[in-house]
Amino acid sequence: MKLILIKILSSIIFLTSTSAFACSISARVSIVGNEFPAIQTVGSGAKECKGAKVSANLTADHQKINVAGMSSEPAEYTSAIVANTSIVALLNEDLIRPLDSLVKKHGKDLKKNQLITIDGKIMAVAFMANAQHLVYRKDILKKLNIDVPKTYEEMLSAAKKIRDAGLVKNPVGGAYKAGWNLAQEFNNMFIGYGGSHFKGNTAEPNVNSESGVKALEMMKALSNYMNPDFLTHDSNATNAEFRAGNVAIMNMWGSRAATLVDADGVSDEVKNGMDIAGPMTVGGGKTPASTLFWDGWTVAKKISDKEAEATFIAMTNAIRPSIMDNDDIRKQAVWLIDGYKPTEAAKGVFAAAKMSTTPYPMLPYAGLMHSAIGKEISDFMQGKESAKKTLSDIEDAYRASAKEKGFL
Amino acid sequence: MKHKTFFWFILPTFLAMFFFITLPIISVIIQSLHTPHENVLVTVENCDPFGCKKATSINHEATENLKKNNPLGKYVGLDIYFDRGHLAIEQVKNLWSKTDNFFEFVKLTADLPFYKALFFTLTFTFTVTPIMLVLGLLIALGVNSFNKKLKGLIIFFSLLPMIVTPLIGSIILFWMIDSRGIVGNFLQILFEDPDLSLKASTFLTWIMLIVYGVWHAIPFSFIVFYAGLQTLPKDQIESAQIDGANTFQQTIHIIIPHIMPLITFVTLMQLMDNFRVFEPIVGFNAEAHATSLSWIIFNDLGGETRQLSAAATSSILTIFGIIILLLPVLIKTWKEFEFKK
Repeated sequence: MKLILIKILSSIIFLTSTSAFACSISARVSIVGNEFPAIQTVGSGAKECKGAKVSANLTADHQKINVAGMSSEPAEYTSAIVANTSIVALLNEDLIRPLDSLVKKHGKDLKKNQLITIDGKIMAVAFMANAQHLVYRKDILKKLNIDVPKTYEEMLSAAKKIRDAGLVKNPVGGAYKAGWNLAQEFNNMFIGYGGSHFKGNTAEPNVNSESGVKALEMMKALSNYMNPDFLTHDSNATNAEFRAGNVAIMNMWGSRAATLVDADGVSDEVKNGMDIAGPMTVGGGKTPASTLFWDGWTVAKKISDKEAEATFIAMTNAIRPSIMDNDDIRKQAVWLIDGYKPTEAAKGVFAAAKMSTTPYPMLPYAGLMHSAIGKEISDFMQGKESAKKTLSDIEDAYRASAKEKGFL
Repeated sequence: MKHKTFFWFILPTFLAMFFFITLPIISVIIQSLHTPHENVLVTVENCDPFGCKKATSINHEATENLKKNNPLGKYVGLDIYFDRGHLAIEQVKNLWSKTDNFFEFVKLTADLPFYKALFFTLTFTFTVTPIMLVLGLLIALGVNSFNKKLKGLIIFFSLLPMIVTPLIGSIILFWMIDSRGIVGNFLQILFEDPDLSLKASTFLTWIMLIVYGVWHAIPFSFIVFYAGLQTLPKDQIESAQIDGANTFQQTIHIIIPHIMPLITFVTLMQLMDNFRVFEPIVGFNAEAHATSLSWIIFNDLGGETRQLSAAATSSILTIFGIIILLLPVLIKTWKEFEFKK
């Protein structure tokens, strides 16, 4: 904890000292976003701007408040930091504005691949990429002479060897908490088996398929090697298990990898033994069983043009190329910012991108599908019903909510 | 009281109830009868750091006028009430004709989200409420017979579970019952089963939630009953003692009838409270094993999906549930009132 504090402090000092050129704005800026180290860096970067008030509300509950906070006239938040999952809710409600003219005026430092365009209009500016990939204990694998798993099948056999050798009782970790996390693991596996969630370009569900059954069965097989409480473990709890030395191999977010073992009380064994690798494939497929994410910022629609311009300037300042000179910031994420040189912690996400992992779909109804999967899948994981029944339940649950929201 | 006096006396309460209870409920009812307008979907090209591809998007211009003229959305009547996420009329009908025996029918119906939540909610309500009434009364009787000096201290400690915020209380217990937590570990040693996990089994999760519910609610019934015990008719008890009644007989024939109105009151409050069980499910991360009506509402409102109509419908169904639940108690109270008149 102390270490983190020192790091945050030092990065703040660093940021303030290098921004001698000063960013000046003339209208309020108010940011809402998720809460993890990279986003905190962006938040404090925006706050360096002088001339008007800059406030940031960074919380894990950002998705519960950003739509409401941007719907009023004028909007409470002038910018929302989102990912390709959460931008959809803002697009669906038409709450963010096209940024083309602002990019032309103030965005000379932005790279073209940072610009998220929907139908040709720039709707968001991305600053980092993220994906789930393998995190493992190289000391344990070495002891048993196991190669680093490249597929989920290899992960299963490695898990068996580790358990049989009596090294770790429940060697596999995963964010399998019922709800969003579990559904995300299903998405990964389903894509890995070559499934696609929807029929063509329609909103019709398509998960009740061969790939769906295989994905569920693989998840069940993995869960046999997990802590029996796996349905209550989100990524925080899974990481805690890894730090405690109770997990030897797991699929984990890249954004967590850099700081995974930077906590008090982590044994040297775990600290030195931890390593990361690219995402795994499954069932002989080429596409990794993972999804690519970007995190970026948007500008609200229901604010004055002056506020929009100030927001754009402050947010661009927060992700200016010069912050890449700071090693601590560089380590926080896989930045898309110009001048970023990858650190060791980034190799998992880079491998994911190189293996052309599927990006999480920016579809208006993807969230409804995700939520339906999260609601229905835990019955199967507990052995209460068959894979077929669960998949048809998912489709029925999705249909009911998609009908309500006017997609079917 | 004169009618005019009564009117002025009740007016502030009435206004507050109208603005803060009646109006919001009416707005929720209206919301539950409407859904968002149908979206016009278009295929466009989207680009992100990982490349460009064709994807579906919403065309906002196409429905702009429709939305402006009907900001409430599309009127759908009771459609949402009958859909799969709620009463699931069609699915239940199908199950009824497809299944051969009643047990199978109940089992499959209980797999539908609304009935699943209802099943847990009712089980929770009808186990926690009676256990809490009995234990609360026993504790009240026990504390009442304590030495005066000790009483204050004991009352304070007995009230602690209610003082703890429900969400925080359940999170603390969640870690205590973890297989590596103090309670979870103790149970493993007690039952000589190193794989015992309270969080991995539906049955044990339900027990855990019920135990938590009782633990949290007992102070309320205890303190109400304890207050009631301070008004016991001394002469009646004394004459009963002279007649040779033992403590149990005194309790059954004098104490319980005396505090009956309080028992009705506590039952009423606790039925309502337990029917909207919510915090322990979140705190114990128990949604894989148990969901409640309130949890469904919370889940529909949160995250990226924001199913406002679904949440409004579940809210109205919850209100109906509470009315049905309270009806017997209300009828009984009304009859007693009429009788007294």
